[in-house]
Amino acid sequence: MIQLIVFLPLIAAIVAGLGGRWIGPFAAKFITTAALFVGAALSWPLFLGFVAGNYQGGWVEHVAPWFSSGDMKVEWALRVDALTAVMLVVVTTVSSLVHLYSWGYMAEDSGQPRFFAYLSLFSFAMLMLVTADNLVQMFFGWEGVGLASYLLIGYWYHKPSANAAALKAFIVNRVGDFGFSLGIFGTFLVFGTVSIPAILAASPGMAGSTIGFAGMRVDTMTLLCLLLFVGACGKSAQLGLHTWLPDAMEGPTPVSALIHAATMVTAGVFMVCRLSPMFETSVTAQAAVTYVGAATAIFAATVATTQNDIKRVVAYSTCSQLGYMFFAAGVGAYGASMFHLFTHAFFKALLFLGAGSVIHAMHHEQDMRYYGALRKQIPFTFWVMVIGTLAITGVGIFGIGFAGYWSKDAILESAYASGTVHGGIAFFLGALAALLTSFYSWRLIFLTFYGEPRWAASEHIQHALHGHHDSPDEEHGDSAHDIATPPVGAGGYHPHESPWTMLVPIGLLALGSILAGQLFHGIFVGAEQGPEFWNGTVAFDAHLAHAAHEVPRWVAYTPFGVMLVGLAIAYNNYLRHPDVPARFVAQFGGLYRFLLNKWYFDELYDRIFVRPAMWLGRLFWHGGDEGIIDRFGPHGAAYAVGIGNKLTARLQSGYLYSYALVMLLGLIGAASWAMWWAR
Amino acid sequence: MIGLGHYLAVAATLFVLGVLGIFLNRRNVILMLMAIELILLSVNINLVAFSAFLGDLTGQVMAMFVLTVAAAEAAIGLAILVVFFRRRGSIAVDDVNRMRG
Repeated sequence: MIQLIVFLPLIAAIVAGLGGRWIGPFAAKFITTAALFVGAALSWPLFLGFVAGNYQGGWVEHVAPWFSSGDMKVEWALRVDALTAVMLVVVTTVSSLVHLYSWGYMAEDSGQPRFFAYLSLFSFAMLMLVTADNLVQMFFGWEGVGLASYLLIGYWYHKPSANAAALKAFIVNRVGDFGFSLGIFGTFLVFGTVSIPAILAASPGMAGSTIGFAGMRVDTMTLLCLLLFVGACGKSAQLGLHTWLPDAMEGPTPVSALIHAATMVTAGVFMVCRLSPMFETSVTAQAAVTYVGAATAIFAATVATTQNDIKRVVAYSTCSQLGYMFFAAGVGAYGASMFHLFTHAFFKALLFLGAGSVIHAMHHEQDMRYYGALRKQIPFTFWVMVIGTLAITGVGIFGIGFAGYWSKDAILESAYASGTVHGGIAFFLGALAALLTSFYSWRLIFLTFYGEPRWAASEHIQHALHGHHDSPDEEHGDSAHDIATPPVGAGGYHPHESPWTMLVPIGLLALGSILAGQLFHGIFVGAEQGPEFWNGTVAFDAHLAHAAHEVPRWVAYTPFGVMLVGLAIAYNNYLRHPDVPARFVAQFGGLYRFLLNKWYFDELYDRIFVRPAMWLGRLFWHGGDEGIIDRFGPHGAAYAVGIGNKLTARLQSGYLYSYALVMLLGLIGAASWAMWWAR
Repeated sequence: MIGLGHYLAVAATLFVLGVLGIFLNRRNVILMLMAIELILLSVNINLVAFSAFLGDLTGQVMAMFVLTVAAAEAAIGLAILVVFFRRRGSIAVDDVNRMRG
């Protein structure tokens, strides 16, 4: 069964990718989508079986041996336990819905078999990652999703910005993957195996030992955990290695929803949770995870408040929510971390697909400054977006609420209850980030769906009105829009609601966003059901879960309170007094530009890494390659041959007597040699 | 008494004359053919001299072969020369350099 879930998408990807030309777009779409729906249909019973406690600790399906070299024995094995079941449900559900959504969203695209093949390939790699029984197989899935992400970000390959974004994602992930692979090497060195259960069982015994690294003696477990965490940071876009995620929005919107919101970027969180017994052995590593997570949560939230591109707002929001998951894992609340991963998959995929629906309606205009008043035009999209926003901002009180209410409260309460310094800091930063989350999420809703229509000035809308076919692969950066406040007016354009293939998936995700927290909070974070459900697959701390329930009142109500504050500010700034943002920008121009330019991370990296790398590359190119290797290698050899030719050609005088002389001399030489030396 | 040494000396002289005739002669291809004949004759003298000295007829038989070959060679060489003269209007050695690299 698990084999079917994992390998059906691979088969579908191969058929659609290699045979798409012969079977046609419809068959390619049908096969890939069907494979994922079958996977989802098989995953849910599995997950519910774990919820009901039918499968206990799970099992391992051995598929085939992979390679064996000395002590290193690696095999393809699919691990099924509670943690995997959660990820299976998330991946197959979101992936199948995104496949269906793409029927509508990509309807006018010419390369559909390729697109669907990539999507299915991604799903296969992700499923391989979450079912991995050893670190090498996890790394295989890890790189597989990276590859699929690269291919899908650069799907519109004739667009330079998409190519650049794809490269950036790939290269930034290499940095993380370098840490991850060092972590795997180190783990093998220390434990002599890459099998995850064996490593986790041996971890507590290694606590406190030291190892030589880079000329220093360092704590073994801290080093291994930090190296693995670098990998997690790259994949999950944590502060420092986050720069690729916003740029990844160059890919088609369904891709953003599937890969860059719901599944792939959560792989880092999954990895930390999977290896949680390792992280439990090192307080330093846990503190590092907490600080990085909390810093990312607050950083991305501040940037999201100023972005104008609807997809970028959601992208920074994703980055911020991933920060929550990490600091939850850092304070030891792995259940809460996985819970937020689970609920976030629903509401963030919903927000992305909803944003895609808006973009579809607005003829590929992505700038929120040109939206407005879409509430009446696309009511279904409006309502699901509101549900998504209610979920992400964590609306709910007294045990009834949307998905985000349960998971975010669990995280913040666990952080407070952990009683550590880094937990306390994470709690306050997380609460502040929750305020900002509420603000930018409602800002998105108000700018998009309320107010006056501001469509007239949009180039995309103009194209639509004048009958140009405006494809999403055309260039549309922020630079195209220089006016701060576009003039009001619909310009005679009528947005249209999306087709049913797009509305059904977002409807289902909206359902998930409402119910996922309510239904499953007990098993994920409950002090009683939690240990039973997780059954040792994550280092579930029942005491912490218990303590999280008994935090002071003000801690429990903080998330709800800051949500209201954020909503109030957004309402005041964008509905009641729409001139407030402009006044704010005028007064705090420096702060605004700092946030608008994403804390100047891209510029900083450009100075520190990109330009020196380019300079070094040019040095090796012009100086090393052309100046030395080419000059003395191929070019030099060719030149020397030319000179040699001229010299030897001069010997060919054409006069018979000179040839005869040479013959004679040769004869004399040969005869002398025969007579004197070869006797 | 005229011994083997004298014959060999004459043959060597003729050989050197022939070789020099090839190298030093810049005027005429016919002279070159004649120089080749000289070389062949010097070899013949050697063969006959050794044949008589050793009492072995093989050398004289070889000399007959060389004469035959030399005659044939002279005939072919002169024929080529005639054709060459018809085409180029000259048989000066210095003009024969179309093979120059």
